[in-house]
Amino acid sequence: MITGSPAFAGDDEWEYVYNNFMQPIITVSQLSKTYASGLEALKNVDLTIRRGEIFALLGPNGAGKTTLINIICGIVKKSSGSVTVDGHDIVKDYRAARSLIGLVPQELAVSAFDKVWATVSFSRGLFGKPADSDFIAKVLKDLTLYDRKDSQVMTLSGGMKRRVMIAKALAHEPQILFLDEPTAGVDVELRKDMWQTVRELRAAGVTIILTTHYIEEAEEMADRIGIINKGELILVEEKAELVRKLGKKQLVLQLNGKLAAVPPQLSAHRLTLGPQGDELIYHYDTRGERTGITALLNDVRESGIRFRDLQTTQSSLEDIFVDLVSERK
Amino acid sequence: MNWRAVYAIYLFEMSRTGRTVMQSILSPVISTCLYFVVFGAAIGSRITEIEGVPYGAFIVPGLIMMMLLTQSVMNASFGIYFPRFIGTIYELLSAPLSFFEIALGYVGAAASKSIILGLIILLTANLFVPLRIAHPGWMVAFLVLTAVSFSLLGFIIGIWADGFEKLQVIPLLIITPLTFLGGSFYSVNVLPPVWQTVSLFNPVVYLISGFRWSFFEIADVSVGVSLAMTTLFLAVCLVIVWWIFKTGYRLKT
Repeated sequence: MITGSPAFAGDDEWEYVYNNFMQPIITVSQLSKTYASGLEALKNVDLTIRRGEIFALLGPNGAGKTTLINIICGIVKKSSGSVTVDGHDIVKDYRAARSLIGLVPQELAVSAFDKVWATVSFSRGLFGKPADSDFIAKVLKDLTLYDRKDSQVMTLSGGMKRRVMIAKALAHEPQILFLDEPTAGVDVELRKDMWQTVRELRAAGVTIILTTHYIEEAEEMADRIGIINKGELILVEEKAELVRKLGKKQLVLQLNGKLAAVPPQLSAHRLTLGPQGDELIYHYDTRGERTGITALLNDVRESGIRFRDLQTTQSSLEDIFVDLVSERK
Repeated sequence: MNWRAVYAIYLFEMSRTGRTVMQSILSPVISTCLYFVVFGAAIGSRITEIEGVPYGAFIVPGLIMMMLLTQSVMNASFGIYFPRFIGTIYELLSAPLSFFEIALGYVGAAASKSIILGLIILLTANLFVPLRIAHPGWMVAFLVLTAVSFSLLGFIIGIWADGFEKLQVIPLLIITPLTFLGGSFYSVNVLPPVWQTVSLFNPVVYLISGFRWSFFEIADVSVGVSLAMTTLFLAVCLVIVWWIFKTGYRLKT
């Protein structure tokens, strides 16, 4: 696990960054999965997860997110393709591969009758780690569970149970953490707490792969985003780059008066008229060197149209996601 | 070999017994006492002895074997079925564990519980009837072999079952009748010749016969055959478990 802060020094800087943040920690090649029912859950998926990053996997229900995670973690058998975790094949060298991974599944699956301390310690034991009460105590304190360490899981709230599952996944000090829909069904406050926990884990060097259908979660947390739909990985991109590349902006001019139609003098700008007739809406692409805004404003002025305000808005990740997924339907 | 994981599973399962003492320990002990009251005192008063052994003492190995078989199957099947039912099986499947280690943890714990229970019943029985054990070593060997074999069978049932009903079907509809008809309360030799032959197809006859021989040196079938049949049953269970591991049957999609 990466600990401490980097001490960059000249040529070592790039080497440090490469070794610790750019090297692939998970490599998925041509991975396919067809269930016995004939459902093709994954189709030739290629994906590389970089060490130390937060990677968000987005996709609608049934897209193949959980299948992908479950194959990497050893819960589901792949049909073809290969997966390596830190260079270890997940089938041939499954012990080494799995020992690096912690998994928090989507469903709240934890034995209700166990006590918090016992169930977290059990998870550590399963990964062959010697008992370490100091470490277990630290994990529980970090997740604000320590005060409930002797409580039976059944007495905890839903949010606390989810934290217990995170504690179980962290009990063996994994280098990679899979969070499958970590904040599904939890309230806003707890969601923000979890985001903070994830950031702290990343700061400690843990690579985090999360699936979510809360776009804002990916937007808030991720370094890179992958979008999966119907078993196919549609794209993988840096979050900022994704928004920049695919983001559309719109400029809205709020007019002093109402128009019946877009004036012919402005037809070159492909404007649309708002539903009330008092807004002119201009779409432009942030990728272009020229946005056309200056020319538009000149033409608006020359056509005698007066406006009282203007505003610009940019596509959110959610808009991009919806566009991409709907394109493939 | 991930021994720490095996130990973790073993301890986890054993601690479940601690939480359910009434169900795990007291209930079988009370049932055994009731069998002694009914068969030992009520009916036993009319049957003085079988092949030179007082009837009360004669039924002790059969009773222990009956509890051993039932509890081994129940403990092991529930042990592996419960994580499947509540979804915590993901933790076992995603850990750096071989299926052999998973089976070792669960079967080891189930067999340990059954053996402890068998010994408790033996001590309880000693309060009702004077007992002698002619071959303590063989008695322990049959106890362990049977507990392990039927815990393996329970493990297989726990993986096969896809509902609580199926979990109960084999113990209730197959194992209990086979145990009752396997000579727990009588010697197979007292049956008419036809039923003696039919009984030889009941594997439990060999277990009880061998176990009883270790106590009283009397047996329905020779001790060598008993040992061979018990070992064969163990081998069959091991092969099925190996196949489950190889194919991921009911564990991995």
